[in-house]
Amino acid sequence: MKIRQYLAKLIDVLLPVAAMLVALLVGILLLLLLGTDPFEAYSALIQGALGNVSGITQTLTKATPLLLVGLGICIAFRGGVINIGGEGQIVVGALAATAFGVGFGNLPALILLPLTLVSGAAAGLLWGGIPGLLKARLGVNEILTTVMMNQIALRLMNFLLRGPMLDPEHVAAGTSIPQSAALPESIWLTRLVPRTLFHSGAILAVLLALAVYFLLWRTTIGYRIRAVGLNPHASRYAGIPVPKYVTLSLALSGMLCGLAGAVEVLGVHHRMLEGLSGGYGFSGIVAALFGKLHPLGAIPASALFGALLVGADKMQRAVQVPSALAIALQGLVVLFVVSSDLYVRRRTRRRVGEDGPDGPIEGNGDNREKSEEG
Amino acid sequence: MLRRVISTWLIILLLLAGCGGSDEDAEGEAVGGEGEPFRIAIVMPSSTTDIAWSQSMFDSLMAVQAEMGGESALKLAYSEGMFRVTDASAAIRDYASEGYDLVIAHGAQYGNSVFEIASDFTDTSFAWGTSSDTGAERGFENVFAYGAVANEGGYVNGVVAAMLSKNDVIGVIGPVAGDAKLYIDGFVRGVKDVKPEAQVNISYTGSFSDTTLAAEAAHVHIQAGADVLTGSAQQVVGAIGVANENNVAWLGTQSDQISLGPDVVVTNQIYNWANVVVDMIGKIEAGELGGTAYRLTFENDGLRLEFNENIEIDDEVKEAARAAIEDIKSGAVDPVLPEDE
Amino acid sequence: MVDELLTVSTLIGILHSCVRLATPYLFAALGETFGQRSGVLNLGVDGIMLMGAFFAFYVVFEGHSLWVGVLAAIVIGVLMGLLKAFVSVTMQSLQGISGIGLYLFGLGLSSLLFKTLIGSVEGVSGFRQLPIPLLSEIPGIGHILFNHNALVYLAYLMVPVSWFVINRTTLGLKIRAVGHNPEAADTLGVSVSGVRYTTLMIGGALAAVGGASLSIGLQNVFQENMTNGLGFIAVALVYFGSWRTVGVLGGALLFSLVNALQLWVQALDIPVPSEIAVMMPYIMTIVVLAFTARQIQKPAALARSYERGE
Repeated sequence: MKIRQYLAKLIDVLLPVAAMLVALLVGILLLLLLGTDPFEAYSALIQGALGNVSGITQTLTKATPLLLVGLGICIAFRGGVINIGGEGQIVVGALAATAFGVGFGNLPALILLPLTLVSGAAAGLLWGGIPGLLKARLGVNEILTTVMMNQIALRLMNFLLRGPMLDPEHVAAGTSIPQSAALPESIWLTRLVPRTLFHSGAILAVLLALAVYFLLWRTTIGYRIRAVGLNPHASRYAGIPVPKYVTLSLALSGMLCGLAGAVEVLGVHHRMLEGLSGGYGFSGIVAALFGKLHPLGAIPASALFGALLVGADKMQRAVQVPSALAIALQGLVVLFVVSSDLYVRRRTRRRVGEDGPDGPIEGNGDNREKSEEG
Repeated sequence: MLRRVISTWLIILLLLAGCGGSDEDAEGEAVGGEGEPFRIAIVMPSSTTDIAWSQSMFDSLMAVQAEMGGESALKLAYSEGMFRVTDASAAIRDYASEGYDLVIAHGAQYGNSVFEIASDFTDTSFAWGTSSDTGAERGFENVFAYGAVANEGGYVNGVVAAMLSKNDVIGVIGPVAGDAKLYIDGFVRGVKDVKPEAQVNISYTGSFSDTTLAAEAAHVHIQAGADVLTGSAQQVVGAIGVANENNVAWLGTQSDQISLGPDVVVTNQIYNWANVVVDMIGKIEAGELGGTAYRLTFENDGLRLEFNENIEIDDEVKEAARAAIEDIKSGAVDPVLPEDE
Repeated sequence: MVDELLTVSTLIGILHSCVRLATPYLFAALGETFGQRSGVLNLGVDGIMLMGAFFAFYVVFEGHSLWVGVLAAIVIGVLMGLLKAFVSVTMQSLQGISGIGLYLFGLGLSSLLFKTLIGSVEGVSGFRQLPIPLLSEIPGIGHILFNHNALVYLAYLMVPVSWFVINRTTLGLKIRAVGHNPEAADTLGVSVSGVRYTTLMIGGALAAVGGASLSIGLQNVFQENMTNGLGFIAVALVYFGSWRTVGVLGGALLFSLVNALQLWVQALDIPVPSEIAVMMPYIMTIVVLAFTARQIQKPAALARSYERGE
């Protein structure tokens, strides 16, 4: 019996990987359409992501923001809300962190670094908290607000990087590249492997994954977030202030995305520039899904999805296919992985009651507080 | 239980890593030996077919390749769609470690990455733009920089616009305020030099790729009386379609846009990077890996103004455009906006 | 300067822009309304629009007529809808995420096909302005409403048609029943999956025609990722309209009106920073909804997959 359970769990965990492989098999059709040798393409993909130090560090560097965003998505999903606004939250997080780090550059690093991270997190918290508050108090759907706030954030960035935050050195040189001044070197996150971008933000992300796990399953706040996510009606009758926890889960979700932006600035670019995120808000959702919307599952899942992204870029270089192929492949992978969930859910339903804290959640991604017949 | 989940995942990752095997870095390969093709890699933020910035360089590279005698003389590798700087950085480093002779980072946002990587690969030559910074004063010897003096073509297009316009209203569709500033400033100056009373309406869509809004901006300009339009960034394809439908003149920039509006695109400023590329190849083969900052101008044939052969253009207009180009070349006109504007 | 904005001809211009600009949003958001009323959230609208835009363009580019292009968009839209239905109805996947998969798939595939089959940005001759006789002669209103191309009219025609289908037909009754209480609908003999497959195919077709309205109607060109996230805005507008066709129309018009206004403000050189102007449509949509949103009745089973009990 024990062994059967273990096997079942193993299959659950392996399933996304299997689904991904099936998706890549289907992707062979696309490669053949382009007249590319699928074997050569896929070996470049695997080798590019995991074949050598450079590939592995690229994968882990990419996994870092994915994990942070993914954690935010986990909280939102557990709280019964959908956060499509990761992209905007990353951008405002990065902007705020840069503004603070550059503006207070003369503070000692020991104080400046944490405060820089905190300002990024705070901006994300705000950018996620607004949709949360609007949903909780006024019933404005969070998909609408987060989609709109992504656009606002991007336009805000365009403005700030060409105006108030533009690097004074560039203004002086007249080159006007839309980027901010550099952060003081003392607060750059340590590069863990020389000559790569892999930085200590990865460790922070993993620690935060543990913290989110602890928050969601070991504290009252986490219990309430999950209760509201599973059944807002019952939660209300149980005396949980539902609006407060709806706001909280979106705000926390935004906070982690904002932190992802701050970490990208501190660890990779050392300044704010265009093209800092470019889709991590969506990719993070996918990474969270691969990890079964569980904070600890998100750790390996973001590494896996990061590997896919890095490998796909390498494939573009190696067999010279359009970048669009990589995007289409990602789409296929997501479709197959979400579909593979059916198997898990069917089986878990058969052994009701055995579901641990990391059991898959129902396909209820939306808060139903406003669903009364009216 | 959780530990098991994690350890299983780790094992999978390790297994996959094992399958990958190791690929030997061909680092520090000798530069273009006898009979070996010269190898250029380019990393671009947008698509090779964006009909704007990325395409202008891609087309120039293809032209150089054809000129030099194809794949056997010049091997090209490209990464498109690298709008994320982290991805671009990985690609640049990868190309450098694969021993490419010249790695072109075709975006100002890649600057940080270029210098970081250039200090690790001192035998590889890098080029980036738009910029004039080769890092020479910081000790870099292997970085070229390039940029287009877009206000020159902007000025000439402005002169053409002023002469074509009957309503004396001209519309400009820009991406994001502050971007494409050179081109737009030059354009406005060109218009004003011919017709000081003409009105130039500028609107920004707030995005580089919002073709829908760019198209509507074209409609708005036309309804507000504009009878000549121009604009920049890859979003303009939407606007050119509208110009076509309403038979309103369009003045193109960056890449060849005539095919999009065979009946309305009157002139086209084209970025011709071929000379820059050829010059860089020559320098690299002679052992000079960087240090030059290139600027595309009419003078050095980096900027070209093409007239659409399919439509009839008044000789007067053509003549004025040619005269403007000569004035710029000779220095008689400096196509910038006066300070007080 | 500001008084220039208040002239009659400018106001007509703004409203004319607004009506035209709303076209792709209307198609896509109406399509999404069908899906959501039956309980399926489809975030992949943008990907379907891109596929529709590409196929319509490609067919016209190859020399076929414009309406064949629209038909091609419908076919590909139905297929994309089927794919979404298979994933979220048959495979009961998490709907929020599977839509993102569909979006990426559509975005990637349309760009890939474009690169392979066409290879460079080309123009075609698309739907022409088609002033409606007599009606377009009415001063003011005639230009605003009746001086557009055929696809613009079609988009507005879809509003009453969708309203009728959802509120006055048996299919509509089934859609609402399935979206509200799939268990009960099932007990009454309504095929939950059948209805959801149908709505997603309708939604796919409408989204794809929305894409076509860009590539062969309003811009007459295809470029990679030419929708630029328009499909996500369309999904948001369904929430704005609280799942009612008229509300969706209102949302699309409001969003487009603010957009048209900001373009006009810029074009007339009115001293409003363009940085602020370009944010306005997004800010206004949130603000207006924040003031009006009360007691929205949403399809109770939205985003829940349904599996028959055993």
